[in-house]
Amino acid sequence: MAAVAARGCGGAVCRRAWQRGVARKARGGAVPAGKSGLAPWVPVVGLEIHAQISSNSKLFSGSQVQFAAPPNSLVSFFDASLPGTLPVLNRRCVEAAVMTGLALNCRINKKSLFDRKHYFYADLPAGYQITQQRVPIAVNGSLSYSLCIDNKMSQMVTKTVRIKQIQLEQDSGKSLHDDIRSQTLVDLNRAGVGLMEVVMEPDMCCGEEAAAAVRELQLILQALGSSQAVMAEGQLRVDANVSVHHPGEPYGVRTEVKNINSLRFLAKAVDYEIQRQIEELENGGTILNETRAFDSKLGCTVPMRDKEGKQDYRFMPEPNLPPLILYDAKSLPANVSHQQVVNIDWIHERLPDLPSVKRAKLVEQYGILPEHSFTLLQNEDGLTEFFENVVKQTQMKPRKVIGWILNDLLSYLKQHSLTVKESPVSSFLLADLLNLLEKKEISAAAAKQVLAELWKGEGKTPLEIVKEKKLELIQDQKELEQICQVVIDGHENEVMAIKAGNRKVLNKLIGLVQRETHGRSNPVLVKQLLEKKLSE
Amino acid sequence: RAAAELLAHLERLALVDFRDAEGVERLQKAIQFADRLQEVNTDGVEPMDSVLEDRCLYLREDNVTEGNCTKELLKNAREKVEEYFVAPPGNIPLPKLDEQETFLQGS
Repeated sequence: MAAVAARGCGGAVCRRAWQRGVARKARGGAVPAGKSGLAPWVPVVGLEIHAQISSNSKLFSGSQVQFAAPPNSLVSFFDASLPGTLPVLNRRCVEAAVMTGLALNCRINKKSLFDRKHYFYADLPAGYQITQQRVPIAVNGSLSYSLCIDNKMSQMVTKTVRIKQIQLEQDSGKSLHDDIRSQTLVDLNRAGVGLMEVVMEPDMCCGEEAAAAVRELQLILQALGSSQAVMAEGQLRVDANVSVHHPGEPYGVRTEVKNINSLRFLAKAVDYEIQRQIEELENGGTILNETRAFDSKLGCTVPMRDKEGKQDYRFMPEPNLPPLILYDAKSLPANVSHQQVVNIDWIHERLPDLPSVKRAKLVEQYGILPEHSFTLLQNEDGLTEFFENVVKQTQMKPRKVIGWILNDLLSYLKQHSLTVKESPVSSFLLADLLNLLEKKEISAAAAKQVLAELWKGEGKTPLEIVKEKKLELIQDQKELEQICQVVIDGHENEVMAIKAGNRKVLNKLIGLVQRETHGRSNPVLVKQLLEKKLSE
Repeated sequence: RAAAELLAHLERLALVDFRDAEGVERLQKAIQFADRLQEVNTDGVEPMDSVLEDRCLYLREDNVTEGNCTKELLKNAREKVEEYFVAPPGNIPLPKLDEQETFLQGS
C-alpha cells in the first residue's frame, strides 16, 4: 500500500492539496515526488450516515428494538412482510428526527412524504424499504466540527459541513453468510427498526475531516438521545463517497466505500481510497463508479460483488401512508388530540445542551482551554463528570487539575484499556492527592509516584503512600539550608559561573539538591535559598 | 414499441417473465392504453399519489406490543436452521441476456 500523502488538509478549500508522495508501483522501486511536475489533486469526500433511532419499538410496528436477542424473536407480522399487514408510524421516531434536524440547523419540512425503494435481498422480506426519497423530514442544515492542526492539541480549527437532508427509513434484517453450506441465514430482528439517514454534502477532503465530522455527529446524537450512535453495535453506519479532481476542473467519478466499522477505519478507508484513485488516474487509468468495501485487515478497499449491474430502485409513493404533517406554535390545530400532534417549537424549546454549548460552558466555568474541553467531551464517557468531581473536592485550580486528568489519568486508562468508570483511582482519591500537592506537602514529582502507587488499587490513601515511601517535602528550612550549603561547597566552579552572571547553572545546583533530598525538596524554595546564599 | 433491451431490463428488475411474443404484444397494448392519460392537461396540478392525502397520519405511541412469535413465523419457512430463515446465498443470478433473447424469439 502506498504511503499516505499530505495530511491535515484544511478549510473548505484545501490548504495543502494532495500531491503524489513517494508512490510504490506494482513492480519496481519508489518514484520520487514531483518528478513530472504533477498538478495537485483535490479530494472530495461526502458521507451517508445511518443512525439507528433509540426507541422502544420499531418505526412502523410494535415489535421491540433490542441489540442481541434470540433470532427472529423481535419480529411482528408486519416486519416479516406477511400479507394483510400495514405500517403504523411511531411518534417517538418522528420526534427523534425532528430533534436531530433542529440540532443540525435544518429546515424541518412541515409536510414530508414516504416512498418505497425496491430491491431484492433476503433480509428485505417486503422487497422494498419504506424511506423518504421525495420530501424528507429535514433539509439544508449544517454541522460544525473541530480539528487539531498538525496533530498537536495546541491549535484547533473549526470546519463546517452542509447537511443535505435527514430522512426516516426502515432498517433491513441481518444476513449471515454460510459459504460452506452455500446458504444465507436471515434474522429479521433488525428489520423495520427506525433509522435516520443523514446525508452530508461533499465538503470534506480527507479521512481526518470525515472522522471528526462523524465524531461530532455522534456526540450530538448521544446528547439528544435520539440515537445511542455506537458504531460497534451497528447503531451508526457510515458510507463514504470519494472522488478526486484537479483544481478548476469538474468533480471526478466517485466511488462509494462501505463496511466501515469505526472512526479510525473511516479515516483509513477514505485516505486509502483517495490515494488509490490518485495513483490510478496518474497511471492513466480510470475510476469506475462502483461500490467498494473496506477491508480492515488489509487496510484497503476492494470492489464489492457486482449487484446485478445498474440498480433501478423504482421509487414510488408509499400508498399506505398519508403525508406526515408537523406543526409549530402558530399552526397548532384546534381540535386534534395532543398525542397526534408533533409540535416543532415545543421540541425546540426542550433541546438539551449540544456538545458545542457544553464545551463553551466548561471553558467559561473552569477557565480551561478549548482544546481541553474537546478532549474531555470527545474521549470518554464520564471524563467530564470525573473532572468536575475532582474540582469540587480540591483546592487546586481547575486549570491545574485538568493537566492531571488529561495527561496522567487518561494515559493510565488508555494504557490499561479501562473506561473512566473502571478507574482504580476514584475522583475522591485523586482530589486527596492533589490537595497534598497544593498544600506543598509533596512535590509534583512525588505526586506522580503516589499516583502510580494508587493505580495499583491496593486501597491505600495518598497520605499513607507518602508516609510509606517517605515522599514528604522537607519542611525544616534549616535542614534544607544545610544541604544547600553542602552542594554549594562541593561545586566551586558552578558557583563561580553563577556569580559571573550565568544564571542557568543555578538549575544544575537545584537539581543536585533535589538529588540529595531524593526529590523531597521544593524547587522554588531551594532556588530562593541558593540565591540567598550565593549573594552573601 | 418497447425495445428488446428495455424489456429484458424490466424483466430482470421486476422478475416478471413476458414469456413469448404474445405476452410482449399484450404489454405493448397495455402501454398504449395507459398512454391515453397524456391527453389530459395537468399543467399546474399537483400529482396525487395517495387517496389518503387529506387524512391524518396516525402516530402510534412508542410501546412494545408485538413480536415474540418466532415459532409462528418459522412455520412459514420451508427450511430453517436454529430459528434462522434460510435463503440462497446472495441473489440467484438470472440467465444471461442472450440466453433470454433466444427464449423470447424462439417461442
